[in-house]
Amino acid sequence: MKDDITALSIKALTEAFDKREVSSVEATKACLARIKNSDLNNYITVCESEALSCAEKADESRKNGEGGPLTGVPIAVKDNISTEGVLTTCASKFLQNYVPPFDATVVEKLKKAGAVIIGKTNLDEFAMGSTNENSAFGAVKNVKDKSRVPGGSSGGSANAVASFEAYAALGSDTGGSIRQPASYCGVVGLKPTYSAVSRYGLVAFASSLDQIGPLARTTDDALTVLKAIVGRDSLDTTSANAPALPAALDGNIKGKTIGVAEQFLTGADKAVAAQFDKAIAAAEKLGARIKKVSISSFDAALAVYYVISSAEAASNLSRYDGVKYGMRADKFSDIADLYTKSRTAYFGSEVKRRIMIGNYVLSSGYYDAYYLKASKVRTVIMREFDAALSGCDGILCPTAPTVAPKIGAQTTPAETYLSDVYTVPVNIAGLPAVSVPFGEADGLPVGVQVIGKAFDEGGILNIAKALEVSAKGGAAC
Amino acid sequence: MLKPTIGCEVHCELKTATKLFCGCKNEFGGEPNTHCCPICSGFPGTLPTLNERAVEYAVKAGLALGCTINKFSKWDRKNYFYPDLPKAWQTSQYDLPLCVGGYVEFELNGETKRVRLNRIHLEEDAGKLVHDGGVSRVDYNRCGVPLIEIVTEPDMHSADEVVAFLTALKSVLKYTGVSDVKMQEGSLRCDVNLSVAEEGAPLGTRTETKNLNSFRAVARSVLYETRRQIEVIESGGKVEQETRRFDDARGVGYAMRSKEDAHDYRYFPEPDLLPVVFTDERIEEIAASIPSLPKARKERYVTEYGLPRYDAEVLTIDKEVSDLFDGAVAAGADPKKTSNFIMSEVLRLAKTDGAEDADIKISATVLAEIVKMQAADELNNLAAKSLLSMVWGTNDDPREVAKNKGLIQSNDEGAIKEIFDGVIAANASQVNDFLNGNDKLRGYFVGQVMRAAGGKANPKIINALLDALKENGK
Repeated sequence: MKDDITALSIKALTEAFDKREVSSVEATKACLARIKNSDLNNYITVCESEALSCAEKADESRKNGEGGPLTGVPIAVKDNISTEGVLTTCASKFLQNYVPPFDATVVEKLKKAGAVIIGKTNLDEFAMGSTNENSAFGAVKNVKDKSRVPGGSSGGSANAVASFEAYAALGSDTGGSIRQPASYCGVVGLKPTYSAVSRYGLVAFASSLDQIGPLARTTDDALTVLKAIVGRDSLDTTSANAPALPAALDGNIKGKTIGVAEQFLTGADKAVAAQFDKAIAAAEKLGARIKKVSISSFDAALAVYYVISSAEAASNLSRYDGVKYGMRADKFSDIADLYTKSRTAYFGSEVKRRIMIGNYVLSSGYYDAYYLKASKVRTVIMREFDAALSGCDGILCPTAPTVAPKIGAQTTPAETYLSDVYTVPVNIAGLPAVSVPFGEADGLPVGVQVIGKAFDEGGILNIAKALEVSAKGGAAC
Repeated sequence: MLKPTIGCEVHCELKTATKLFCGCKNEFGGEPNTHCCPICSGFPGTLPTLNERAVEYAVKAGLALGCTINKFSKWDRKNYFYPDLPKAWQTSQYDLPLCVGGYVEFELNGETKRVRLNRIHLEEDAGKLVHDGGVSRVDYNRCGVPLIEIVTEPDMHSADEVVAFLTALKSVLKYTGVSDVKMQEGSLRCDVNLSVAEEGAPLGTRTETKNLNSFRAVARSVLYETRRQIEVIESGGKVEQETRRFDDARGVGYAMRSKEDAHDYRYFPEPDLLPVVFTDERIEEIAASIPSLPKARKERYVTEYGLPRYDAEVLTIDKEVSDLFDGAVAAGADPKKTSNFIMSEVLRLAKTDGAEDADIKISATVLAEIVKMQAADELNNLAAKSLLSMVWGTNDDPREVAKNKGLIQSNDEGAIKEIFDGVIAANASQVNDFLNGNDKLRGYFVGQVMRAAGGKANPKIINALLDALKENGK
């Protein structure tokens, strides 16, 4: 049992805690040992001493019968989520020395729930990217095949969960950054409804699209982590109280209607499409009704996304100017020179590209043609999703058009942007979606995405659970 | 003849307890960077939380100035780089401000004049740069302090009008209690847009002079800029559209940046804040909380107390002065006498060194007592004036002070007559002149008697004695 404790689900781990078979200190040490021996580059910062003292406390409270579902569970946090006293770099050279003076609300909540924050995971710089290659701290190697990327931007988080270096992780998802790496690494990744989880302390990329969510080994674990972090936060006035989440998932989808949009079927690799067809067949076998739906504005979503997210990013990232925190150019002649030199030296090329796109679409004379138009199309996309979802319990589609590509294989930004084609529309619409592993293609994990109505995280996790059980060869309930 | 056309943008800090988007204290001064937190200093990952009181204050100001309140207004980011702006954007309102329309009314040279307002929006203040010995430092204490920007239509045509407009605007803002409106502390600042053109012709190219922080600087910069633009045009040149500054110490304006260098603020809706939505009920509630405004008080002083319009205007410009007047009248002092005493004596003490604001250091009850004593002939004018100075800032019992300092006036006719007779006997030639019609000597006699009486004689009795002397002498 103790030999592979890092491979347990949170559910199994906490049951083992309660039976006194394993302690949190042991589980934490086992994860730390894996991290130490790993060449995957999942972590930017490992919180060894903090994690161990937290694990000791957790063991203490479990002894007193005070433990909750996350007490003593080692969890990783994406390095764009603020942690008091612990480096939060956003995988950017600019913030390589930045230590926040406060915890993000989600971190505070995890700590209150007794979780052990084991470290800060690698990502694409400021969460801009889909391969984790845009990191100032180096690329992450996919545990399933070290020559491949883990996806991004929450590549370190997804890969840490897949490689048993954490039991679960927090990621952030602006256009697919939780779901796409979950798909590439073979784990469950949930992007909650926009506003369901507080963004306070999440270093902003695109404020109207960013959401924090869990990456976990099972749908049950994803629900457990989600429960710990959801809810309105007075520090994030765009956050809202969601209806109560289910106590547990039964995976029963008998009589449920599952929507399939033709637009989400084009462009996927053959092997991925074949795997997706199996998922549809499995859902039908489990008693779900398959219904054709249409999101005709689907094509426009990627364009809308790159206009809106870049505009917001350009503004959000202007604060990195070399004046207050982070890095500052060594030599400069005046204030404008300080800005230019610091930003030139310490931002990576993808970040610079987005800043330029963002400033362009907001600039005088171009605003109406780009930003305003994108905002209008965004409304159309929202309405189409609402209409499609009014007739079903969830929309099913592949999470990404391909399996994890090779490191260095994608040579143009546009190529990389296409890997988010199925996930981006969901952020535009502000809806919840989960990626659940469903078998393999070419020996690599394939994820299936379930998109749901606003605040129906419970519903889509349940559909995902049915597929999860089916993929593992289990019987339907 | 070339004539200036002027519009203003006035920034006014609201005196809420805390800042616009965080819980930091909104307080003038303090050691640098002691009133700031991760939110107002723009740390990564922080988000704004709207201070509802600031919205209420902005709406209150808007209602007091006759604006229409937008039931739906939103927030926008105004993006630009400057070290005093930690997020590199100012959270402001672009196309849907809280208040639209409205006006400021004032009297100038006996005429009632109205300056129309275009809008009032709410935004956050920036920090301050401190330059010292070749090093620049930033103080974020002021970052995030709630600010309203009041934008006028181009309705003014002289420095006098601009100053009268600002005086009246300041007065209304102070009455509503939403701001201290202290120009010297920067809680009221003014940008002046000015162009010149022939009367009736289309408006000329305008310049904007930014950040004027005293009435004097506003007036001087308007005169300067008007003259400069006229000279440019008359010498065959063209006025450039530009942003300017005015160096008040040197009395000179200079260009800061030209149109080409103008910022592109790349405004877009602030995704971190929800729009502000108002109901009619809430707007009415805020309207009901506005105290009686200067205009209403002025009318009341004219109709109820019969004060001259000018006097009523002077008394009501500053809320503290008007409150003092109302308080003294409520304490039983005669309105006209109180008004005269405030205008001649109190304001002289309250506005030293040409200050724009009256600094009232006397309570209404103490003032009422002095006015009443004077009315009862217990104090003559000189004594009343001295007594006011003595109790200014101490608010000691004026009757006690007057007694102790021997200021109580003598109304003992017999005693005064004795002194009077002595003065008459000693000034035979002056008496002769007086009786022959030189009435200017009346003052001389009153002075002589007063001096002999140690300043305590009731001048009315002395005057009556002089009248009797004249009557008998004929």
